[in-house]
Amino acid sequence: MLIASGEVLTHKKYGEHFHSLTLVAPRIGEQVAPGQFVNVSCDGNRSFILRRPFSVYRVHKRGGWAATIEIVFDIRGPGTKHLAELRAHSTVKLLGPCGQGFKLPAARSHCLLIGGGIGAAPLFFLADELRNEGHRVDVIMGARSIHRLLNAIDVRRLASVSRITTEDGSMGQQGVVTDVIDDMVERCSSDIVYACGPHPMLAAVAQMCNERALPLQVAVEELMACGYGVCMTCVIPVLTGSSRSGSEERVYARVCTEGPVFDGATVCWFESEGRVTPEWAEPSSSGSPSRTGADAPQAELAPPGN
Amino acid sequence: MASLAAELGPVALRTPVLLASGTFGAGREGAQFVELSQLGGIIVKSMTASPWKGKPTPRMCETPSGMLNAIGIQNKGVDFFLAEDLPWLRRQDATVFASIAGNSVGEFVKVADKLRTGGRGIAAVELNISCPNLEDQSNMFAHSAESTAAVTSAAVRALPRIPVFAKLSPNVTSLVEIAGAALGAGAAGLSLINTVFGMAIDVEDRVPRLAGTIGGLSGPAIRPVAVRAVHEVHRAFPEAPIIGQGGIASASDALELILAGATAVAVGTANFINPRVALEITQGIEAYMERHGVASVGELVGAVKLAS
Repeated sequence: MLIASGEVLTHKKYGEHFHSLTLVAPRIGEQVAPGQFVNVSCDGNRSFILRRPFSVYRVHKRGGWAATIEIVFDIRGPGTKHLAELRAHSTVKLLGPCGQGFKLPAARSHCLLIGGGIGAAPLFFLADELRNEGHRVDVIMGARSIHRLLNAIDVRRLASVSRITTEDGSMGQQGVVTDVIDDMVERCSSDIVYACGPHPMLAAVAQMCNERALPLQVAVEELMACGYGVCMTCVIPVLTGSSRSGSEERVYARVCTEGPVFDGATVCWFESEGRVTPEWAEPSSSGSPSRTGADAPQAELAPPGN
Repeated sequence: MASLAAELGPVALRTPVLLASGTFGAGREGAQFVELSQLGGIIVKSMTASPWKGKPTPRMCETPSGMLNAIGIQNKGVDFFLAEDLPWLRRQDATVFASIAGNSVGEFVKVADKLRTGGRGIAAVELNISCPNLEDQSNMFAHSAESTAAVTSAAVRALPRIPVFAKLSPNVTSLVEIAGAALGAGAAGLSLINTVFGMAIDVEDRVPRLAGTIGGLSGPAIRPVAVRAVHEVHRAFPEAPIIGQGGIASASDALELILAGATAVAVGTANFINPRVALEITQGIEAYMERHGVASVGELVGAVKLAS
């Protein structure tokens, strides 16, 4: 992980809502793997001090410029508003590459990539890498509407077979991504699933993959302060150990360092069942995307702020 | 050449800049960015007698110039610290402050006993007494002079050879009274301040932004509260060594707390934004001392010029 500064090479938009910053960040760009993220300082706004985590959408390791990384985002608060105002030659402070990326298959495989809304961003970088390594890539992309689909044109280009779903039917099939999973898995003979998007979508995908014994890797998002493993705010409940040996235990794992990519079968998706937002094809519009947790049983009585 | 060495009561520090508890783990993750031996020391994340799982998410919420957190002291317990973290910290040549927490005097003593027998190389212990006291109707230890005295004297008795610092909460009516209780119970010094209790609400969904509802506010937003707290307690107990903490993000912030009466400072939330910030603050203090012709950082402690 490096502390570096990144110069804005280009700022462009994908569709109506999504901003893209391509940053010249040679060392991070050379090291980053699909699924990893960068933690970006938005210190143009002094009253919002924390960095913002963004998964890497695309990497260009060669070319006339040194390696660049591209991040995409929509404006959700003061931090992303500041980033959306940056233009070429501005610089941002970066920490990265952070976290554990996706594991690529050892043998040549048929990979099904499932993305929801802006959360699909790291799947583009993943698709590029999978194709470079000779794997087959098929894609399901879902969103609330055509305006919330990330670069649907490119999805068609990089996938052998692609399906689009929108809740309002404004593009592709009306519905949600899980409506078409069975059809795609059969048609593409999928061996492994990679998913990224809002938490409730991931929970539904994980349940389907579990029932169909399909290996699944998910990239999750959680509110985060540090990005390098010390603040303990970005945790998600996961199972460790083995159920057969009786050593299975539910622990809070750090999304920033133990994730953001997890084995879909180990994540405890339904701890928070009662409180997740019903609009599950889209991250919450308030603040960063996040799961909301219901009260879990606790042995200890911990202080409010520690 | 300005001397950064600081005498924090019985604890000799290379520099007056420490890492605050809960903001740098036990140092491993941040060691890729900064050498712990170049800092005054690390106050490790609070440890408890047995592992604590912590609270559900959301655990954090950003607020103007700060953040609220309700983590719930997720930690692997004192045994893990002694077996894994402490040997590693000693290899880094770090000055180690062990922060301990619990829900009863007995739980604090259990951790303290283990540190006494297995904690060779620990420079000091910090008591995280902003914890609910189950024996006192869930009131925080740090919110009453009696509970503060009880837990402090029990820890001091359990740790005859390790200096004990009590970390006090600003969420009280009379900080000076509680500081006096901790010092009277044998604390070698004080850490001022822990987080300021706060709450934030998502108005669209009408739910608290933290799963724990109430959290601790940290970051630059609370710095004036910390400066005031250090100033008041230093005026009342000029001999007591104080670790000033609360919203330090720059050398000038650290100097404010030192001038108010802190012998050392601890950097907390700023580590989340820049893992090298404590080192940069140290360099900034050194530059200030050279600019002002200050030979030893001790000359600055409590040196604020007050209108008489």
